[in-house]
Amino acid sequence: MANEKTIANAAVPQTSMMQVVAPLAGWLIPGAGHLIQKRWIRGILIFLSVTIMFFSGLGMQGKVYGFNLGDLLDMLGFVGDFGNGLFYFIARSMDWGQGAIFRATADYGTKFVVCAGLLNFIAAIDAHHIAIGKKQ
Amino acid sequence: MTLNFSHFTAALIFSICASTVFGITQRDNTRQMIRYGLYCFAWFIGGVLLAGWFMWFLKR
Repeated sequence: MANEKTIANAAVPQTSMMQVVAPLAGWLIPGAGHLIQKRWIRGILIFLSVTIMFFSGLGMQGKVYGFNLGDLLDMLGFVGDFGNGLFYFIARSMDWGQGAIFRATADYGTKFVVCAGLLNFIAAIDAHHIAIGKKQ
Repeated sequence: MTLNFSHFTAALIFSICASTVFGITQRDNTRQMIRYGLYCFAWFIGGVLLAGWFMWFLKR
């Protein structure tokens, strides 16, 4: 009887708030998904990496994409940028990354911003894996 | 504020940030994370140098 209960419990997926909160927090604030699970060093390193990359991109006059249904690369650019979470919304609300591109390194800046968002997506998924116990 | 990075500096910043996140997210323990981060960093920088030299020869 007890054995049946154990098997039944194992079959039901364990849902906890952390499984949802960790990736969401990690997406909104880079590294927060790790920090709320007490992975301090990982969280700080992710925060620094994504933040440095994002603001370096903006400093290099990179473009920040808005939602669009135009060119495929522009749509993908938006998806990447959106990964920056709160930084993305701040950048959009402050009109950062909207200037005309007139330097070669500005194109690098655009890629920096997109890649920062994609790295943040990976980090948020990693936070989810920690929350579900797939990773230490 | 405008940042005027050289191409190599930009590649260096990109490599450091990307390999840090790769190292943390793609491996399970600290030792492996550091090793994989360094591995990615070496490939990023090695790739940049190789591509740079390739373009230099192409130009000549």
